[in-house]
Order: sequence, then structure tokens, then C-alpha cells
Amino acid sequence: MNIVIAMPEIFLLSTICLILLLDVFLREDCRMITYLLTQVALLATALLAYGAMDGEKTTGLNGMYVRDDLAGVLKISILLLTFVVFVYARKYLKDRTIWVSEFFLLGLFAVLGMLVMVSANHLLVVYLGLELLALSMYALVAFNRDDGRSSEAAMKYFVLGAIASGLLLYGISILYGLSGKLEFAEVLTYVSSQNVLENIPLLFALVFIVAGIAFKFGAVPFHMWVPDVYQGAPTAVTMFLGSVPKVAALAMLLRVLAESMGAAQPGWAQLLLVFGLLSVFLGNLIAIAQFNLKRMLAYSTIAHMGFILLGALTGTTEGYSAALFYTITYAMMAAGGFAILILLGREGFEAETLDDLKGLNERNPWYAFIMMVFLFSMAGIPPTVGFYAKLSIIQAVMQAGYLWPAVFMVVMSVIGAYYYLRAIKMIYFDKPEQTAPIQAELDFNILISVNGVLMVLLGLFPSALMGVCSAAMVASRL
Amino acid sequence: MEAIYLAIPLAPLFGAIAAGLFGKKIGRAGAHWVTILGVAVAFLLSVYVAYDVMGNGNSYNGTVYTWAVIADIRFEIGFMLDNLSTMMMLVVTFVSLMVHIYTIGYMHEDPGYQRFFSYISLFTFSMLMLVMSNNFLQLFFGWEAVGLVSYLLIGFWFKKDTAIYANMKAFLVNRVGDFGFLLGIAAVLLYCETLDYVQVFARIPQLSGANDFKVFEDTKWHIPTVIAILLFIGAMGKSAQVPLHVWLPDSMEGPTPISALIHAATMVTAGIFMVARMSPIFELSDTALNLILIIGATTAFFMGLIGIVQNDIKRVVAYSTLSQLGYMTVALGASAYSAGVFHLMTHAFFKALLFLAAGSVIIAMHHEQDIRKMGGLKKYMPITYWTSLIGSLALIGFPGFSGFFSKDLIIEAVHESHLWAAGYAYTLVLLGVFVTAFYSFRMFFLVFHGKERFDTHGHGHDDHGHHGHGDKPHESPWVVTVPLIALAIPSVFAGYLLDPMVVGSFFKNAIFVNDAAHGFDLGLKSWLSAHLAIEHMSAEYHGVMGFILHGLMAPPFWLAMAGLATAWFIYLKDDSLARWAYDKFRWLHTLLDRKYYLDDFNQNVFAKGSVSLGNGLWSFGERVMIDGFVVNGAAKAVGWFSGVMRHLQTGYLYHYAFSMVAGILLMLTWFLFF
Repeated sequence: MNIVIAMPEIFLLSTICLILLLDVFLREDCRMITYLLTQVALLATALLAYGAMDGEKTTGLNGMYVRDDLAGVLKISILLLTFVVFVYARKYLKDRTIWVSEFFLLGLFAVLGMLVMVSANHLLVVYLGLELLALSMYALVAFNRDDGRSSEAAMKYFVLGAIASGLLLYGISILYGLSGKLEFAEVLTYVSSQNVLENIPLLFALVFIVAGIAFKFGAVPFHMWVPDVYQGAPTAVTMFLGSVPKVAALAMLLRVLAESMGAAQPGWAQLLLVFGLLSVFLGNLIAIAQFNLKRMLAYSTIAHMGFILLGALTGTTEGYSAALFYTITYAMMAAGGFAILILLGREGFEAETLDDLKGLNERNPWYAFIMMVFLFSMAGIPPTVGFYAKLSIIQAVMQAGYLWPAVFMVVMSVIGAYYYLRAIKMIYFDKPEQTAPIQAELDFNILISVNGVLMVLLGLFPSALMGVCSAAMVASRL
Repeated sequence: MEAIYLAIPLAPLFGAIAAGLFGKKIGRAGAHWVTILGVAVAFLLSVYVAYDVMGNGNSYNGTVYTWAVIADIRFEIGFMLDNLSTMMMLVVTFVSLMVHIYTIGYMHEDPGYQRFFSYISLFTFSMLMLVMSNNFLQLFFGWEAVGLVSYLLIGFWFKKDTAIYANMKAFLVNRVGDFGFLLGIAAVLLYCETLDYVQVFARIPQLSGANDFKVFEDTKWHIPTVIAILLFIGAMGKSAQVPLHVWLPDSMEGPTPISALIHAATMVTAGIFMVARMSPIFELSDTALNLILIIGATTAFFMGLIGIVQNDIKRVVAYSTLSQLGYMTVALGASAYSAGVFHLMTHAFFKALLFLAAGSVIIAMHHEQDIRKMGGLKKYMPITYWTSLIGSLALIGFPGFSGFFSKDLIIEAVHESHLWAAGYAYTLVLLGVFVTAFYSFRMFFLVFHGKERFDTHGHGHDDHGHHGHGDKPHESPWVVTVPLIALAIPSVFAGYLLDPMVVGSFFKNAIFVNDAAHGFDLGLKSWLSAHLAIEHMSAEYHGVMGFILHGLMAPPFWLAMAGLATAWFIYLKDDSLARWAYDKFRWLHTLLDRKYYLDDFNQNVFAKGSVSLGNGLWSFGERVMIDGFVVNGAAKAVGWFSGVMRHLQTGYLYHYAFSMVAGILLMLTWFLFF
């Protein structure tokens, strides 16, 4: 039993239990301690995950668990992104007298679930992590329990999530029935021996498994929950939900499809192609008709997830690296974008509609500039990182021979640019409707500035992060 | 050593940034100190490098920074420091330093003081990048950057309509030249697959001959000729050669210090420098050399003629600059590159001197620029007077002054040249000597001698609010006169560098004269001893004194004297001759005054033509087709579709679940039946 390979998860779980216990004995006004401990736990876990990166691929716990560089990169990004998101979220929670420890504890459990997904080497372990993540998320969405919309969103999310879990499990069961295996390497051995496109039961299994994954991404036609949940959930939760779990979803895709069923790529690539193109298409088009900012960002997420699916479907190292790069940078810009929404809101007022962005430049030029950078980045305009991310995906898609999908992606990006630019126009050229001052504490300000500047820096010097991504892929033989 | 090379352009850049971005913080004095310091550092380091390169023979050619490598083509920042570029660096930094100092006096009442210093320092940086470059990319960067700064400085007084018109004109005309230049660089890249000078020069001769540039199926062009002519078009724009010269006279709308620095001494000579640097390319094409001779000679003579009828003191000097640039170009065409570059250097000194002296006069005259309203300034402004005299004598090529050596050399070289255009060029440059002497001393006499025609009371030009209205004109402050004196020295003595620079082997490694070709390529070039002009002259050369003595007996000297005497007679002695000529040759005067109607032609044909073409395209192509149909049409379609699609999101949970199941079913069906 080599439990050392699960060290970050074990450490995180123990810390969660400790915080949970400690929190019971803390007075109302000492929640800051919970928060600080949470952040320390995240950083310490990230450090452990970093220490565990040795360029080797080690499996353990009876072949259920794996430690490799890919897992390391994913874990570190998940942990650091969560750290950032929690800093942003603190302002939201404190402003609204929902400054309670459940948010952070549920968040930590969700993170634990994601880490498990990332390091899974076994279909059931993937499922385990997924459920831990999903259950925490349902609770988080309903977190503001006095708000009807919040509960409605949680309900929808829960029911649809349950269906999706069912689909995924069903797919796994078919696969198990065919091969009798659940460990990735063994599944791969089985799949490699099959003629995938002729094997209907295997294809069926693929459809269900891909459906489960696509739900996690929020890809069309499994996207219906995304706008409602994004809008209904408290903005802090939306920010968390809209950024970090995307990395875990990509991890699931890479582990389950690329690693354990790499030989079935001709099969699942068709599915991802359809889902990806539909997502890029519908996401961008419907976003144009949205006037609620959170819903608009939800549809924009759908479009971005389409890009990631299309990058991953190539089955090449370049495609996987591009997808990973895209996911990490997208999570950064999404977190930043929602953080600006948090800034604009205050006690008793949620900044939700596009009109709330009006005249932001007059109210605070620096935040306006940062928001513009995020929006430019989402639209994929150079020199922000969003441009490079899109470019590398499209490059990989073209190299894999999908010329027309690449053209389609470019056209859709142009259409998508409209609604981002509309928001920028409102920030810079419209008169403000709100006059309340925009304030934040120092940690928030520093982080949002770093976040914004990183979008440009990574766009100018993408090779550092891209190098890490492709090195992780190469180390994991993807 | 590389750090020093790098510091030379970066020091002025630092000054430019400090004065430009933090001008308000560091104040007026701070701005001029930091920029002057930057340029002074560049100058001192240039002297050191020049000593190292010229004295010790440590020339350098290397890459400092690789910007990008795309498909085996390297985009680099690199320096090539040989005798040619170090000489240019010396000239640029020295003149720039003088102009910086002079500016303190000239601009001291201007509200854009810091901005001005920032621009001229930025110019120095750009010009240094241009001359130090070892590849075409950096050359182009410097080329465009000096063009940009020139644009900014011509329009420095941006509230003045004429200044804005002039800088727009300079910008547009230079675009024409730069377009050719860029095409030339593209052709170099296409055929040589590299932008590095040394590699290009190594490959160019192989392009001569077999694989020609195919225009149509049966029309082939000689590749080096195509490249050379395209590059020369760039030089025509930058160095203001006919017909792309029209911007230079108008550029006098800018402040006088930049007329001296940019539009006389350095930037406009970039074209000359570039052709000299590219001599290995130009030497391969007789056609290009003939073209250069014709263009240069035409500029030299006909622009000088216009100078005679100008009354604005700066415009006279500007037309004189055009004419002198023509001389340099002629030298290039005659393959006497070293003579051309030598004239470039001497001209930089005496023309900067003349401009700065003109500026000094303008200060004294309270920004009155019309020479008809001056006169008799000699006794009020002794320093300006004597330095102007030196500058003018150098300009007309009076024996012993720097211009004499370089101009005589050029005329000799053209005389020796056997290209078919050389006869035309020789005639014109010879006549040009007379014209030069005539307009130079016309201006000189009108300004400094004769009656005082200026109005000392109730002066109208108050836009700069000069003190001392109603006073007699007085000599300018020391920041103005010191640069004048400092420039007067090389204006006299730079000519004595003739010995080492032209006749010796100073430019041996930097400038390539195709004499080797004559050896083995007899059929084509055996009669072209033109390329040997300088060597031919070297053989007859017997020291500086001999050169001067010989010059005293040669036609250019007598022509210059004739010009001087005519000017003296007409403008000081008896102006009836002028009136007689004016009546008799009024058509000629009008022709010259209208500058051969070139400006009107450009204005009516090119400017109006493009405006109406633009209007036509805008009203139909843009508004109806693109805006109406393509852009708004597509946007409307997308908006409509988007509005329809959003209704898919009903909010009902069972619709959502249905969509998931339907998706699954569709995919299953797809796999089952397809």
C-alpha cells in the first residue's frame, strides 16, 4: 500500500476535519480564522502537490490512484484558482452577512473531490471524486437559502446532475460488462483490442460516458442547467462553479477518454465534435440576446467549453496541451470577470445586468481597465491570453485535419466578440447609472490586478505556461 | 564593447523617454539636461568607438538580440560598425548635440519645450539605429522611426494649419518612397532569404543573370536592377529627390533646430547613406546607376534654380539642401560612393550651420523670415555673420573650405564616369555650381548687407511675445552662438579629411565598388571604367594643396566666382539688372515660383483624385454594400436567430432533461445507423 501518492488529498482531508472541528468552537466574529486556515490549507496542499511532481508516473492503492506530472499541474491549478476565488468570495460574503464557514468548508470538500478526480486511475474513483464535487456544489448553489432563485437553481442542478451521474454510471457499467475491467490501463488494453467503430455496445458505452463528461462541461445539449444555475447561485458560488471545476472536468476528460480509451478516439471524437460545435454555435449566439450579465457569461462559458472539447477531440499532444492551456487561462479570466461583478455589487444589491457595467470607467478606471482585459481575453483579442488560447486550439484542430470546424470556430469567435465588445462599450462610453463607490480591501485589489495583468503577460509570453502544459502531457504519455 | 555599442543608441532613447513621459515632473531644465546628457554620452561613446574602429581597425558585425525566428528567417537587432557607420554616428551625434544646445535658446519660450527635446532625442536614437544596423529589418525600423519623428516635428506647432498641411504632405510623400523601399526589402528577402547585409551581399551577385525576375511570360527583369531601383525609390523619398522632393521645402514649417538636424544634416541623408551601404547591390546594375545620375543631376540643378526666387530665409536654405542632396545622389550614380558620403559629411556641418545661423537671424528678427525685410544685419550680429559667411563659402565650394573638396570630387567623378547619363549629369552639376553660388550669396547679401529694411517699431509678429520690441536687433545668446562656432570649425576643416577618407582606403571594407567585375566580365563591363572614377582620381592626386591649386584653375571655381559676383552686382550694386530680367523672363520666374507646377499637379491629380475615389467607394461600396448588406445584414440575421434560440431555455426542468435525453438518443442513433 503506497499511500504516499495520495499525500495531498490525505493532508487536505485531515485539514478539513480539523477546521470543521475547530469551527464548532469558534465564536461568530472569529470566522476570519476559518477563512485563513482554509487558505493556508489550500496553499499547503498545493505545495505538497508541487513536491510530488517528479516526472514519474506512479500508480498505487491497488492501481486505483495515480501520481504524475499531469495530476500535479492540474492539482496546483485547481488549488491556486480556488485560493484566488476564495479571496474574491470573502468580500461578497462579508458584504452580505452570509459570512459563515460553510462556504469555505463545502468549497474545500469540492476541491478534495476534484483532486480525487484528477488523480484517479480507475473509473469508480473518477465517479467517487465527481460525486464529492457535485454534492458539495449542489449545497453551495443553495447556499443562500433564503433566496428562492438560489434554491430553484440548486434543485435544477441537483436533478439534472443526478441524471448525468446516472448516465455516466450506466456507461461505465456497460464498459465493465464488456471488458470486466475498471482500471484505466486494463480498460485501454481491452479497447485497443477492439475495432471501435464496429463495436456497437462499446460505442453505446462511449455515448453515455461522454454525455456524463459533457454535462460537467456544460456542453450543448447538456448545457441547460448552466444559465439557470449561474444566474440563481450567489455570485461568489457562480464564480467558483464557473472557473475551478472546469479544470476538473478537463481532468476527467483526459483521464477517462484520452488515457483509458485513447484507442477509441475515432469514436468519441465524433461525439465531442458534435457537442463542441453545437456549444460554440449556441453559446455564442444566445449570449448575444442576454441582458443579464451572469446569464451572458454562462452562455459564453458554454461557447468556451465547446472550444476545449474541440481541442481535446484531436487526440494529439498539441490538442490536449492546448485544451489544458485554454482551461486554465479561461478559469483565470472567468474568476476575474465574476470578481468584478462582486465588486460592483454590495449589500442588498447584486450587479447582474449589463446596465450595471455602464460608465464603470468613470467610477473607477483601473477596474474598468481590468474588466476590459478580461472581456478582451474572453473574446480572444490579442495581446491577451485568450487570443493565444484560441489560436493554439484552432491550430491543433487544423493539424488534426479538421479544416471546416476550424473555420467555423473562427467565424463563431467573431460573432461572439460582439457581446464582449458591447460590454466594453458600456464600460467606456455610457454614463453610469450607479454612483455608489467601488471599494475593496488590499488583498482583493492586489489579486485582481495581478489577475488582469497576467492575462496580458500570458498573452505576450504564452510559452511558459504552454511549456508546462505540453510537458505534463508528454510526461503522462498523452 | 557590445555594451558600449548598445549604450550609444539607448542613451538618447533614455533621454527621450525621460523628457517625454516625465517632462512635467522634471521640468524644463530637467528635460534639456537629461536629453543633452544622453546625446553627449552617445557622442563621446561614438568618438571612442570611432577611434577603436577607424584607428585600431576593430570593426564589428554582430547580433545583439534575436527578436524572432520564423521559418529560418531571423529577425534580429544587430550592429555593423565599420568606417562608414562610425562616421555617420559621429556626424549624427555631433550635429544632434549642437542642435540640442541650440534649442535651449531657440525654443525657450515655447510651451512644448519638453516635448521638443523628447522628440529630437528620439530622433537621434532612431537615426543611430538606422546607421548602426546590420540588417534590413532594423534599417527599415530606423527608416520609419526617423520618418515618424520628422512628421511629429514638422507639425510641432500643431495649431498652425500650414504646419499640419506640411507634415501630412511629408508623411504621404514619404509613404510613396517607403512603399518602394519596402518592396525592395521584400525582394531582397524573396531572393536572398535573409535580411542580414553580409549574407545578402554575398548572394546578390549570384542573382545576376540566369534566374531573372519574371514580370510576364516573356518579359524578364534583371533582379539586382529591380532591387536597386526599388531601394532607390525609398532613398528618393527620404532624401527628397525629384519628383518626391515636394515635402522638404514645406517641412520648413517646423522649428528651425529640426530643420537643421533632420531636414538638412542627418535624416535626409539617410537615403544617401543607404545607397552607399547597399553599394554591392547598386554596382550590379548600370540601369539603376544611370537612373540615379539623372534623378540626382535633375534635383541638383533645377531645385537650385528655385532657390533663386525664394524669399523665405529657411526656404532658400531648404532648396539649397535639395540641390546638395542632388549632388550626393549624382556621386552615388557615378559610383563615387566615398565622394558622396564625404559630401554628406561636409554638408551636414555647413548646412546645419547655415540653418542654425538662419534660426539665429530669425530670433533677432522676431520670427520674421522674409529676407526682403532684413538687410544690414552684419553690424548687429557679428558671430552669426561670420559663421554664415563660412557656411556659405563652404556651400559654394570656395577653395579651402570643406564643401570645395567634396563638391569638386563629385564633379570630377561625374566627369570621369562613362555611363551614358554622365554627360547630362556633368553639365547640370557644373551649371549647378553657378546657381548655388548665386542664390547663397543673394541670401547672404540681402540678409547681412545693404540697407536695413526691417521695421524696428511696432512689430506685428507677436505670437511668441518677444521682449525687446522696438530695439535694434542683437546677437543671440551663447547657447545659440556656441553651436554656430562649433559647427563652423568642421565646416572649414572637415575637407582636409579628404586625404584619408576618399583617396585612401578608408571605406574599402564598407563600400564596394565593382572593379573586380571588370576583370572577368569583359563583355559586359569592360568599357565601364566609370566605376574606377575614384581610383582614377586617386592616381592623379597629389596632396591637399595640389587639390586646392588644381581647383583654382578648374571651371567649378570660376563658375562659383561668377555666381558670387553676379549676386553681388545685382543685389548690392545695381538692381536694374534684376528688374530687367524679371520683366523679360517673367514666365521663367513664374515657373520657378510655382515650383514647376509640381505641387499643383500633385494636389489636383493625386490628392483630389484619391479623395474623389475614396468618396465614390465610400458612398457605394462602403455604405450600401458593406455597411448595409454585409455588416448590418449579418448582424440583423444573427440577432434575430439569437432571439429565437433563447426561447429554447424555457426554465422547465423536464425540458432540460428532455434535451439531455434527446441528445443521447440522437448520438446513439447516429452510431447505430451511420
